[in-house]
Amino acid sequence: MRETKPKRRVIHPWPLRLTHWLNAVSIVMMIGSGWQIYNASPLFGFTFPPLVTIGQWLGAGIAWHLAFMWLLVINGLAYFIWSAVSGHFRKFFPLSPQAVWRDMVAALTFKLPHDKGVYNAVQKLLYQGVLFAGVVIVISGLAIWKPVQLWFFCDLCSGYFVARYVHFFAMSAIAAFLVVHLLLVAMVPKVLPPMITGGRIEK
Amino acid sequence: MTNFNRRSLLFRALAMGAVSTLPACDYEDPNNPDLADKFLHAMSAWNDRVQEALFNPHTLAPTFRPDQITNPPRFNAFYDISQAPVVDPSSFKLELGGQIQDKTSWTLAALNALPQTAQITRMTCVEGWRVIGEWEGVPLGDFLRRIGADTTCKYVSFKCADGYYSSIDMPSALHPQTILALKFLQQPLTPPFGAPIRLRISTKLGHKNSKSVVQIAVTNIYPGGYWEDQGYNWFSGS
Repeated sequence: MRETKPKRRVIHPWPLRLTHWLNAVSIVMMIGSGWQIYNASPLFGFTFPPLVTIGQWLGAGIAWHLAFMWLLVINGLAYFIWSAVSGHFRKFFPLSPQAVWRDMVAALTFKLPHDKGVYNAVQKLLYQGVLFAGVVIVISGLAIWKPVQLWFFCDLCSGYFVARYVHFFAMSAIAAFLVVHLLLVAMVPKVLPPMITGGRIEK
Repeated sequence: MTNFNRRSLLFRALAMGAVSTLPACDYEDPNNPDLADKFLHAMSAWNDRVQEALFNPHTLAPTFRPDQITNPPRFNAFYDISQAPVVDPSSFKLELGGQIQDKTSWTLAALNALPQTAQITRMTCVEGWRVIGEWEGVPLGDFLRRIGADTTCKYVSFKCADGYYSSIDMPSALHPQTILALKFLQQPLTPPFGAPIRLRISTKLGHKNSKSVVQIAVTNIYPGGYWEDQGYNWFSGS
């Protein structure tokens, strides 16, 4: 007689975990060095304190930025390809404004259950949003880096001058996502180990 | 929400923030590179190669209308505007060196007698800001061919009256919009803007546009540059 083992599946498959943590490193490096570059010619009436910038002067900030852009882009492409092939992207759909409103209210009144491996509507919206911001930040970044050779990206951003603002606001969106993301992990810490080990749930 | 404790939430958020402790690498002593500096140098060299591959000699930098010109123009150098070098135009000589057949030096009058071209283009600073200006002068490619420069060499280097120096790759030097500018805003160059002649290269960042050039050389030996030797990317293409 054979014993039937309960079927278990991984919450976060290894390609997801790998790209997640590589992305975490690249995002921290890109934002920190980006703030240092911003300080050389601020777009608004403030600069970022040296405590949170990476690279102690403009040259070092640019060097870090243009080094880690490769990790950000290659790792990002790997994530997009894996998500498309594995069907991971399906988890972000369907999404309706009603569902977002319902789950938002539930979350703010602490009534939203956490179902492992399933995204609620607010999560879906945030993930879709941050992925979009990721695409925008790479396109605007390329427009700023190569406004002559990659003129089509520059045109897409309405020129070099506007591209810097687009790049800044995309960074702001990602930074805002990061704040919410880290707060949620701090509130529901049980979601952290599966992002490292993969985690298992009954099918 | 039962076991919810505001203080523990705060501590957890702080702990997550601490994970992102920032590296204190500075690129501040180019002669004594640490491990991070070596990594950054290697990545910068890789980025040079990528930019060389990305450079299309037929892609032109965008040109602008006269009413889009930045007015007043913006001065920028590694010193204050009052310290801009003043070169006597009558005694000025442009020296030539390296892999060039005819190394006879050039007077300003002789340079002015060559065919000129004008452009209204954008100059982008490595700091992020940009200006639009009008420059007029001798296409560098025409000049290099006229003096019998070996255009198979890798580099064209520039030495300036203020001690500044820089260098560019040969394909960028031969780009139709790369000029030895003699005029800025339809007037002869003034000292803060690179009198008597400057390099105007619209496919590269501002710091590659050497001002008050006194010597041009063609070489296969990497010449570096004032900012490049401190950590700025050498190719610095746009």
